[in-house]
Amino acid sequence: TPHSCKTVPGPGMGDFSYVGIDAILEQMRRKAMKQGFELNIMVVGQSGLGKSTLMNTLFKSKVSRKSVQATSQEKIPKTIHIKSVSHDIEEKGVRMKLTVIDTPGFGDQINNENCWQPIMKFINAQYEQYLQEEININRKKRIPDSRVHCCIYFIPPTGHCLRPLDVEFMRRLSKVVNIVPVIAKADTLTLEERDFFKQKIREELRANGIDVYPQKEFDEDAEDRMINDKIREMIPFAVVGSDQEYQVNGRRLLGRKTKWGTIEVENIAHCEFAYLRDLLIRTHMENIKDITSSIHYEVYRVRRLNENNTAVAHANGLPQHHMTSHEM
Amino acid sequence: RMHMTNYDNFLSLPLSLSRSLSLSLSRSLSLFLSLSQEKQYVGFATLPNQVHRKSVKKGFDFTLMVAGESGMGKSTLVNSLFLTDLYKDRKLLNAEERINQTVEIIKHTVDIEEKGVKLKLTIVDTPGFGDAVNNNECWKPITDYIDQQFEQYFRDESGLNRKNIQDNRVHCCLYFIPPFGHGLRPVDVEFMKALHEKVNVVPLIAKADCLTPNEIKKLKDRVREEIERFGIKVYQFPECDSDEDEEFKQLDKELKECCPLAVIGSNTVVEARGQRVRGRLYPWGIVEVENQSHCDFVKLRNMLIRSHMHDLKDVTCDVHYENYRAQCIQDMTSKLTQDNRMESPIPILPLSTPDVETDRLIKMKDEEVNCYVIMGNITYIG
Repeated sequence: TPHSCKTVPGPGMGDFSYVGIDAILEQMRRKAMKQGFELNIMVVGQSGLGKSTLMNTLFKSKVSRKSVQATSQEKIPKTIHIKSVSHDIEEKGVRMKLTVIDTPGFGDQINNENCWQPIMKFINAQYEQYLQEEININRKKRIPDSRVHCCIYFIPPTGHCLRPLDVEFMRRLSKVVNIVPVIAKADTLTLEERDFFKQKIREELRANGIDVYPQKEFDEDAEDRMINDKIREMIPFAVVGSDQEYQVNGRRLLGRKTKWGTIEVENIAHCEFAYLRDLLIRTHMENIKDITSSIHYEVYRVRRLNENNTAVAHANGLPQHHMTSHEM
Repeated sequence: RMHMTNYDNFLSLPLSLSRSLSLSLSRSLSLFLSLSQEKQYVGFATLPNQVHRKSVKKGFDFTLMVAGESGMGKSTLVNSLFLTDLYKDRKLLNAEERINQTVEIIKHTVDIEEKGVKLKLTIVDTPGFGDAVNNNECWKPITDYIDQQFEQYFRDESGLNRKNIQDNRVHCCLYFIPPFGHGLRPVDVEFMKALHEKVNVVPLIAKADCLTPNEIKKLKDRVREEIERFGIKVYQFPECDSDEDEEFKQLDKELKECCPLAVIGSNTVVEARGQRVRGRLYPWGIVEVENQSHCDFVKLRNMLIRSHMHDLKDVTCDVHYENYRAQCIQDMTSKLTQDNRMESPIPILPLSTPDVETDRLIKMKDEEVNCYVIMGNITYIG
């Protein structure tokens, strides 16, 4: 047999050029599938705007607060409650722990001053819990994530403009959580009214310096910006929810049946539910969680660590800079 | 011009989108296009692809340490594994120059890209290890280096700006055992014991082409037995999931039975059996590096890169680093109590300052804004 010998010129040569590092993607995916995913969504808006129905529609199952509570009679509570309901759902082998956080009583009182405070407090409490676990000496391998990844804010379909309550809430909360505003019960608006309303809302958000998701400043690169610019031109999505099925043209569809026609929830000619679903679940879910953990949470953490340093320094009569060597 | 005709084109991607991104995003899209046909799906099955996309954008990093005496074929093996030539300009020292040589730590970094996936590979070399006449504690510079990386990461992780933390922690240490002896030597045992709780140790039998198959088997059995006897905690491959396919389980079983892996490396290409292969040309035949009946190189490469890279990183983060961190905190707090500067240790943990918002709320006493938090069965009153 003929023998020959040659120094390998370097990577990229014929059969010898494949190391196989792309297999790490498969390793990651396996691990992610095993671990499952967590998602925490908060819904905020006045009574009767269809928050619970929308959640059920989004996840095609009874995930909302109303579906699990015993009482069928719904009375407006005198105070704001914050109610969390968790479900384990699975699809094509991907497992998710979904937590829907409802805020009944918001905006329903006569005097709604400061009604965002309990919500703000709840959101911060989740950040606090995560932080405590993170700074623990013996911390869990995977810190359970109860942080609110996304807050869907329901705007009533007045057709005119945002109300002061809407502006106040979104202005404050957009600084600590991803806000996704939606126009609720959009089946009362014609397409022209809807477009006009959306435009007014976008103008008002801009005028008040409110950054809703996807926030322009967090676009990572040109590709992200291109995709997110498109989304920003379309929000807020005008949605209609339903957990009832009807027969339309031989198919069973989710919808609302009226005397003048059936509104098909998943038909984009009728409403923008499908866009909301695609954004929240099919394309941007990971990004929403990423922004929560790498931006909103970090801001909270920095503030708390700075507070702690000051407090501990004062408690021990030491100048603040002395504490940096023990800074956690 | 962005023209949307139907909701399937919600994210009509520009043609300039990089190939790898468009691959994983288009996989996402095609998955949810097919899902949209099946109306009963919510669509979060695209989640793993979304995670994919983020990882492809960011790229991966991996730090591999190689340790063992000079001449064990470490550099050649690294070049063979990653198809690089990291040691082009190396100058080998002669015996005289080596008398007073101390163990150095030398880092080589190389960026590898394959099928759109970027890997920043760092090889930590430890020349001088075990080469001197007196090798007492020659592993100390190495353990110090590993600890330094942990300390740096701990500092970064605890800092205020965590945006671009670099992970320089050592994910795996390949330890080269000479094939000439009859098992582990004292320096092998001491080295591995000094490192086994700081890094994933993967022992290898180096230059395995000087052994017959029987000799290899005997040596492996001996080394395995000694590893157990001396209580050396080498890297353990995780158990297979029950739902893995049979082929995967079989490969996994073979891998475990072959340890420690006996390897051969080569920087040269030879022609054998009509094919061009990486190998070593001897008068009595050609050793083919990638021939599984000649040595375990392929098993090592598959394990290190194609199947266990992620787990190696996970164990480093979840076990070795956490142990270091916990120990570090204990040390810090016990040091403070000894200092007698304070009556009790500084309460670093848990944070004791009350939430500023709570204070204000409680003071307000606005009756219309009480709040109950109901989570599961527990009620909190704010």
